[in-house]
Amino acid sequence: MANVFTRIGDWVNERAPNMMPAYRKHMTEYYAPKNFNLWYYFGSLALLVLVNQIVTGIFLTMNYKTSAAEAFASVEYIMRDVEWGWLIRYMHSTGASLFFVVVFLHMFRGLMYGSFKKPRELVWILGMLIFLALMAEAFMGYVLPWGNMSFWGAKVIISLFGTIPYIGDSLVQWIMGDYIPADATLNRFFALHVIALPLVLLLLVVLHLAALHEVGSNNPDGVEIKKGPKGNRWDALKPADGIPFHPYYTVKDLVGVGFFLLIAAFIIFFAPTFGGWFLEHDNFIPANNLVTPSHIKPVWYFTPFYAILRMIPSFFGTAVWGVLGMFGAIALLFALPWIDVGQVKSIRYRGTGFKVALALFVLSFIMLGAVGAGVTAEVIPAWFGNVDVTFWENLFGRMMTLLYFGFFVFLGFYTRLGWEKTKPVPERVTMHD
Amino acid sequence: MTKRYFSSIALALGLLVGCTSALAAEGPELPRAGNNISDQASLQRGAKLFFNYCVGCHSIKFMRYSRIGEDLGLTEQEVMQNLNFTGVNYGETIESHMPPADAAKWFGKAPPDLSLEVRAKTADWVYAYLNSFYLDPSRPVGWNNTVFPNASMPNPLWELQGVQTAVRKDGSEEVEKLELSKPGKMTPAQFQQATRDLTNFLEYVSEPAALQRKHYGIWVLLFLAGFTFLAYMLKKEYWKDVH
Repeated sequence: MANVFTRIGDWVNERAPNMMPAYRKHMTEYYAPKNFNLWYYFGSLALLVLVNQIVTGIFLTMNYKTSAAEAFASVEYIMRDVEWGWLIRYMHSTGASLFFVVVFLHMFRGLMYGSFKKPRELVWILGMLIFLALMAEAFMGYVLPWGNMSFWGAKVIISLFGTIPYIGDSLVQWIMGDYIPADATLNRFFALHVIALPLVLLLLVVLHLAALHEVGSNNPDGVEIKKGPKGNRWDALKPADGIPFHPYYTVKDLVGVGFFLLIAAFIIFFAPTFGGWFLEHDNFIPANNLVTPSHIKPVWYFTPFYAILRMIPSFFGTAVWGVLGMFGAIALLFALPWIDVGQVKSIRYRGTGFKVALALFVLSFIMLGAVGAGVTAEVIPAWFGNVDVTFWENLFGRMMTLLYFGFFVFLGFYTRLGWEKTKPVPERVTMHD
Repeated sequence: MTKRYFSSIALALGLLVGCTSALAAEGPELPRAGNNISDQASLQRGAKLFFNYCVGCHSIKFMRYSRIGEDLGLTEQEVMQNLNFTGVNYGETIESHMPPADAAKWFGKAPPDLSLEVRAKTADWVYAYLNSFYLDPSRPVGWNNTVFPNASMPNPLWELQGVQTAVRKDGSEEVEKLELSKPGKMTPAQFQQATRDLTNFLEYVSEPAALQRKHYGIWVLLFLAGFTFLAYMLKKEYWKDVH
């Protein structure tokens, strides 16, 4: 048997001599720092979820009907009459939410350990582009079941483009292909969701990994292992603190995959709607342009950005500021490598100001999520009784919006004006067992 | 180090649970339906109530007679004789007896399909709704409901429950509580059980796959626990020379 494999390998090598070296470059001879911790699981998990979304998505399209008249019923057909259709659909819907869970954690890891800093700015930019494409992909996917929240969510989000001066209204009609989200909208969103954006996502993921493997991975100490001493057990010229990605990190990531799948399976089999957070109650009602849901809100992973949109008031007779604020919140993340110019990467050796700012940034993000999801509108009257809910919600939401943007302003000054008191960074990576 | 991770994970989970319960608390406090879709006898009783009192007006068009037979442990003959009053084939979906056009004329709005009612409104809501009808001569059909004010639906179960009337707060229109002014065929406890069974059946109808996923879920989790343990042992073996 082994002989057969060797012969097949030789046969391929003779015809494509650069394929095997490419595998070595990215797997067995890609030297990753040996001190990755728990935060380093989320990149490979994001890749796993991407594969899950593509595979389950393919099976869903086999029975989904792309038409405003049939879409809703076809989803229920999948849930009831297609063999294992319910499992495929729950894997896809749970996967969508978990995609954002792992991507948010993956991005937080980058902030914490300075993985966006030189020389990894390109990796960060490509990652942010993936995040943008993922948001577009998720938004369009959410419209496809054609439930009432699909319809109204699409209407609200697309109408954001209507705030652009002069061209706004025509742009909205051009996007929808109708005056309201309708059959034409559903069909084009389907096309974008199942082929256009997945292709973009896959290409960006390949580029994200290619750019990463050029510069090498960062690590929890923020130490450049390529600048450290050379020579390890496998190669005299490679970093002493590096270990081959395969098999070391492939077997380690397998443990992460196991834990992740345990959580995912628990949700899929025992709480697929996740209390109305992953699949919303109003989306089990067919789309109806005459009946508005009592609270129109996006799915949880968009709520922080949606809250920024809602919290910024309109002035000079236009609501475009909220839209600019929402996109600005993402644009600032793109610019982070040039905003935070501190030389020390890892939070372990950075100043207290950075640690506090990052904690407040995460807090503002979660709290904005709560505002956007309507949690504050429920909690304020429940905790404080008969008060002006809108006033207090706006006050709280605007404070959190300021805190979110304040993070970037603060980091700009903090790292440029020499306020940051850093700790000495070790020469070599440190191991914590 | 590890301790810090666990505390941050615990914190994150705490926040999640907090958010979930905050969302669950939406709207007025509802009594718990307390139903259980694994209770087959209750599903059978609920199905009987549904086909006797509800299907006259409400369809469950995503549900098939044959699926009910399979999942509720009934034979084709039992389903066709006791539940199927329209005479369609065993494999057909369940439509109501009332033509939608007439329904819209009689009630102002065609009675909604109930295939997904529990997923759209929750089981607690449906249970509370079924228990909250009261006599209200000011409404066109003579009935009103505290859970869904001004609903255009009369109480289909009044013979079983009896007749409830509203006790209003002094000098206001607000309903303080409902009183059973004329008893029905069932005692209040029996009626609560009946509506619990009916809610249970509607929860099953809204997601028949729930029976399967709960059945398979435990085996999937056990398999994954084993897989994760093996993966962990493999990782330990590979990593023992990394210091």
